Amino acid sequence: MKHLRWLVIIPYFGLATLPLCWLFFTSLKTQEAAISPTASLIPSTAENIAPGDLTFSATLDAYRKLATPHTGKAHAFFHYLFNSVIIGLLSTLTSVVLGTGCAYGFSRFRIAGARDWLFFILSTRFLPPLAVVVPVLMMYRIFDLPNTHLGLIFLYTAFNLSLAVWLMKGFIDEIPRAYEEAALVDGYSPFQAFYKIILPHSATGMAVTAVFCLISAWNEYGFALALNNAEAVTVPVYFAGLQGNIQGIPWPQIAAGVLIFVVPIAVFTVLVRNHLLRGVTFGTIKQ
Amino acid sequence: MPFLELQNLQKTYPDGTRAVRGIDLQVDKGEFIVLLGPSGCGKTTTLRMIAGLEDPTGGQITLDNQNVTHLPPSQRDVGFVFQFYALYPHMNVQKNIAFPLENIGTSPADIESAINRVAHALGIEALLNQYPRQLSGGDQQRVSLARAMVRTPDIYLMDEPLGTLDAEHRLELRAFIRRQQLSLSITAIYVTHDQEEAMSLADRIVVMDNGKIRQIGSPSEIYTHPADLFVANFVGSPGMNLLSGQIVQRGNSLTFTRPDTDIHIPIHANIAPAQVVFGMRPEFIRPANRGIPGKVILSEYLGSHGYVHVDTPIGELVMRTTDRFATGEKIHLHLNETHIRLFDPDTETALA
Repeated sequence: MKHLRWLVIIPYFGLATLPLCWLFFTSLKTQEAAISPTASLIPSTAENIAPGDLTFSATLDAYRKLATPHTGKAHAFFHYLFNSVIIGLLSTLTSVVLGTGCAYGFSRFRIAGARDWLFFILSTRFLPPLAVVVPVLMMYRIFDLPNTHLGLIFLYTAFNLSLAVWLMKGFIDEIPRAYEEAALVDGYSPFQAFYKIILPHSATGMAVTAVFCLISAWNEYGFALALNNAEAVTVPVYFAGLQGNIQGIPWPQIAAGVLIFVVPIAVFTVLVRNHLLRGVTFGTIKQ
Repeated sequence: MPFLELQNLQKTYPDGTRAVRGIDLQVDKGEFIVLLGPSGCGKTTTLRMIAGLEDPTGGQITLDNQNVTHLPPSQRDVGFVFQFYALYPHMNVQKNIAFPLENIGTSPADIESAINRVAHALGIEALLNQYPRQLSGGDQQRVSLARAMVRTPDIYLMDEPLGTLDAEHRLELRAFIRRQQLSLSITAIYVTHDQEEAMSLADRIVVMDNGKIRQIGSPSEIYTHPADLFVANFVGSPGMNLLSGQIVQRGNSLTFTRPDTDIHIPIHANIAPAQVVFGMRPEFIRPANRGIPGKVILSEYLGSHGYVHVDTPIGELVMRTTDRFATGEKIHLHLNETHIRLFDPDTETALA
């Protein structure tokens, strides 16, 4: 049985990583090799390789070119990556912090119409983003928010907040009140009980919420495209804008950029993997 | 001036449930009080109001000459032991015990000596570096007790602390709590539904039912002189034998009897003939050569003693005895007349 599972795991792993491997090889190719009609899969250090060969000559040119602005673009790739990082991290942080506080309130205090409020919060996700692009753009113009990092941070926070509140409420509901009560009778204020007891216990939920918020902000395209054409352009918008370039689509650079773009999410997910796997029960209070 | 005083304490939940319906209680320093009652009687709510975990909707709580009725828990000097331990799962035992000291400016050296003191007293020195999830229920509750004791609070509040433990740990911890109480004369309020626990620990027992106090008294008072039918039936296992009947004048003396029977039990109390409920504990009934005739309908053997249910012309009586009887056996019962308790059938309170 133990060995049998590898029969499932290895093919699935291969299948799941195939696009990433392809990206990686493409990022090592020259433009000519990348758009060649015959596929070449084996990187080699040889300089001249006959067309149709399975090997191709590997080069790091695509990565080097990422550091310099592409034809027709104001900035190099890393400028846009930086935008994505700033916007993704700050909107995730804000969503998780606000969501946790809000969820704690809904979970622990008597709030008039709590169910209706929670439904209202959820309802902010009902409309497809496309339906609100125009009104958002018009409002943003009044406040000078298009083309700013702040604008996208606000927007992603607002969109992720309902997810954060609902996810965190689920996690905090699972934490027995007796822990806080113990802290209260041990002489701590309600706020101290929250950050000394509830926060450490919500870490799992916060990690899960953060992963979801970050991925959704990281990958968002529609608003980022509609609200920006200069300063706060994020990576997805930047890549899409490379199409129709007079030099053709620079596939090796796109592949290199995408790989670099995927790495932060992968690293972040790996960092919080223990929390993701750990589940929400702690097992020291029997319910 | 009592150390802790509850005056007309009430708690009505927002959904209208009246958990506590006005209770008055005075506790002296060094007293060990047990709140005893069936589940849902309001005993835990009362305890939580004393701790400040529930806000009373009426009445007043005075602790050490201070009105604490609406103070938050952190401003009352109470130690609380939870039924389900409530140890902080992300802290090891040592940190759990240190937690109540850490925010009151105790120096690290003092914290360490305090931890060593309670850890020694509770026999948990070896567990200090372990996490709560690694401990058995009994050990978790020891740690929980240690956490409550490390600060030497004004008053200990314990919410069925032994309720989830197995029999062995329960007896062991019960003995420990009793020893602590005797040696340190701690003031404590202890909630339980286990009357054996109540009897063995309490200086005074407060019997509660349906949000009200039924009786306050020492364990022996509660047991031998129950104030009403509820206490008579709830305390003791099995409870008191209770028979409805009447007191009648028979010559110069009073007797208890029931319709359709010529059995009369002499009553020595000073009481007028009336409808009553007659009560007698199972241990005051014994088998005899003559007396009330009856037939054994059930015999429960418990090792050192047993309970025999006997069907008699005046009703079913349970007798505690070391003798053994077969089901269906015809026997006679003798009732010890000095231990008769009489209750008013309408008010359900004790008459004599």
